[in-house]
Amino acid sequence: MATLELAIQEDVAAASARQPGRLGVLFWIAIGWMALVFAVAILADLLPMPSPTDMDMLERRGPVSVEHWLGTDGLGRDELARLIYGARISLVVGLCAPMIGLVIGGALGMVAGYFRGRFETLVVGSMDVLLAFPPLILALAVTAFVGQSILNLTCILGVLGIPAFMRVARAATLTLARREFVIAAQALGATHARILLRELLPNVLLPLVAFFLLGVAITIVAEGALSFLGLGVPPPISSWGSMIGEGRESLDVAPRLAFFPAFAFFLTVLAFNLVGDTLKALTDPRQGAL
Amino acid sequence: MNGAPLLSVEDVAVELPTPRGPLRAVDGVDLTLGAGRTLGIVGESGCGKTMLSRVILQLLPKKARLSGRVMFDGQDLARIDRERLRKLRGRSLAVVFQDPMTSLNPVLTIGTQLGETLQEHLEFDSVHARTRSAELLAAVGIPAPEQRLAQYPHQLSGGMRQRVAIAIALSCEPKLLIADEPTTALDVTIQAQILDLLAREQRRRHMAMILITHDLGVVAGRTDEVAVMYAGRVVERAPTPSLFRAMQMPYTEALLAAIPKLDAAPHAPLPAISGRPPDPTRPLKGCSFSPRCRYAVARCHQEKPALTASRSTDHHYACFHPIQLAAGADA
Repeated sequence: MATLELAIQEDVAAASARQPGRLGVLFWIAIGWMALVFAVAILADLLPMPSPTDMDMLERRGPVSVEHWLGTDGLGRDELARLIYGARISLVVGLCAPMIGLVIGGALGMVAGYFRGRFETLVVGSMDVLLAFPPLILALAVTAFVGQSILNLTCILGVLGIPAFMRVARAATLTLARREFVIAAQALGATHARILLRELLPNVLLPLVAFFLLGVAITIVAEGALSFLGLGVPPPISSWGSMIGEGRESLDVAPRLAFFPAFAFFLTVLAFNLVGDTLKALTDPRQGAL
Repeated sequence: MNGAPLLSVEDVAVELPTPRGPLRAVDGVDLTLGAGRTLGIVGESGCGKTMLSRVILQLLPKKARLSGRVMFDGQDLARIDRERLRKLRGRSLAVVFQDPMTSLNPVLTIGTQLGETLQEHLEFDSVHARTRSAELLAAVGIPAPEQRLAQYPHQLSGGMRQRVAIAIALSCEPKLLIADEPTTALDVTIQAQILDLLAREQRRRHMAMILITHDLGVVAGRTDEVAVMYAGRVVERAPTPSLFRAMQMPYTEALLAAIPKLDAAPHAPLPAISGRPPDPTRPLKGCSFSPRCRYAVARCHQEKPALTASRSTDHHYACFHPIQLAAGADA
């Protein structure tokens, strides 16, 4: 009898746990890269590195050396330090901006998709207006108007992300709200708030989180583009985009100045996309059981 | 059935606006159901069975227009305020849906879905709710209930899921359980088990049950009374034994004939009901079954027969030429 019970327990445990071997090498490389970027970004102040803003006019575009691992840039600043401090900006903006979109857009989309009616028309209409603006032009105009700062940049990119999150949340809610388990919840006496938060949110969250990781990648690129155009973070602070922008001036003599941040950029965005896709496939408890 | 019945549906009609004009999904239905009794509602797809169950639960689409009264336990469900209705649902009125694939939330564990109802309506704390959930799962015949609580719906088989749905419906000891085609999505071998489970729990809890199905075979042994619906109307209503002994309505007879027989010769054609139900947006002047009825005469196309009682007082049917008479005329 005891052995029988044990067998059942093992069976159940095996069914609910997922084997880590299935994730593949690429996923772990991506996780490793993300962990490295996060670690150095967080620990940037503690690392034994030259300051990212100290200029050394005697050693402009210095080559790779023991003192400067990745050389120095056009103003003699340490390239590695700038890359690491740049990661901070890229990650902060890249994570916070989609968060704004996720929370506001997700809430609007769910409420619109659940209650329908006039509110939905209003939300969808205003989002269409926002989408109709060319995003980069809008970002440029707003930055020029309210000034350059990390907070402003994050807010602009965040607001620009709201319509996309709203659409994902609304589309998911529309199909889910017609499903029988929502009617069943109503039949069991659930309130609207309860249905939205307990029944629908866990379902809608899956596509939203997958989209969030994609949004992080897109935002890092957008922040890079704005910085490249000189409208991102204000000058002494480095970000990957502004580093590529500055490196452009010396592409012929020192191409690595544009190449290093671009490569970091490429790897990070790729890592986010890879992890996002894998997690999406993995955390979906519906797994074809629809 | 003495005293006031638990549920009485009085002259209920539901109209749904469609681009082709108003659609009468339910048309002048009267039903009563006493505490602890079972009513079977039988009819083909689209005859208004499910819409009728939604009327009782007050889960109609927003645009639907309802007339008539739905008296449950002394209150008119169509007119009480939303908060009272919400408290009544789940607590006194529960439902089991057709497809357990879609009636359970795919991303919440069985334990969460069961426990929530208990915490909401009976104000159980989470520990108490968990032990009660396990008891409920055991009561509906699920092995290893403690482990099941941590599982997601997709990890269970269809029959298990329907058992879970039944456990959720039973969790607050409702007075009335509406089972809307509870076995249609299930394997034939599981069907009987689920129906037996429903019957057993119903007897044990002394709750009333409405069993909605398209299969006369399902209601035969398991209900006290049967209402046959066609095109939104109840066309025959009788105590189950009386219905099967002496069915009056040609539609009921045709439904019964359409059930495959085990002893029929191989490859014998199945007697299907020819034609299709009338377009619910274009109501017929006469009996709605008349275009498909083999006994129909001129009067059937001109006038709508009312639901009237026959010799025995509780056998009601809506037909000018009930089978017994038609058969007698033929002979």
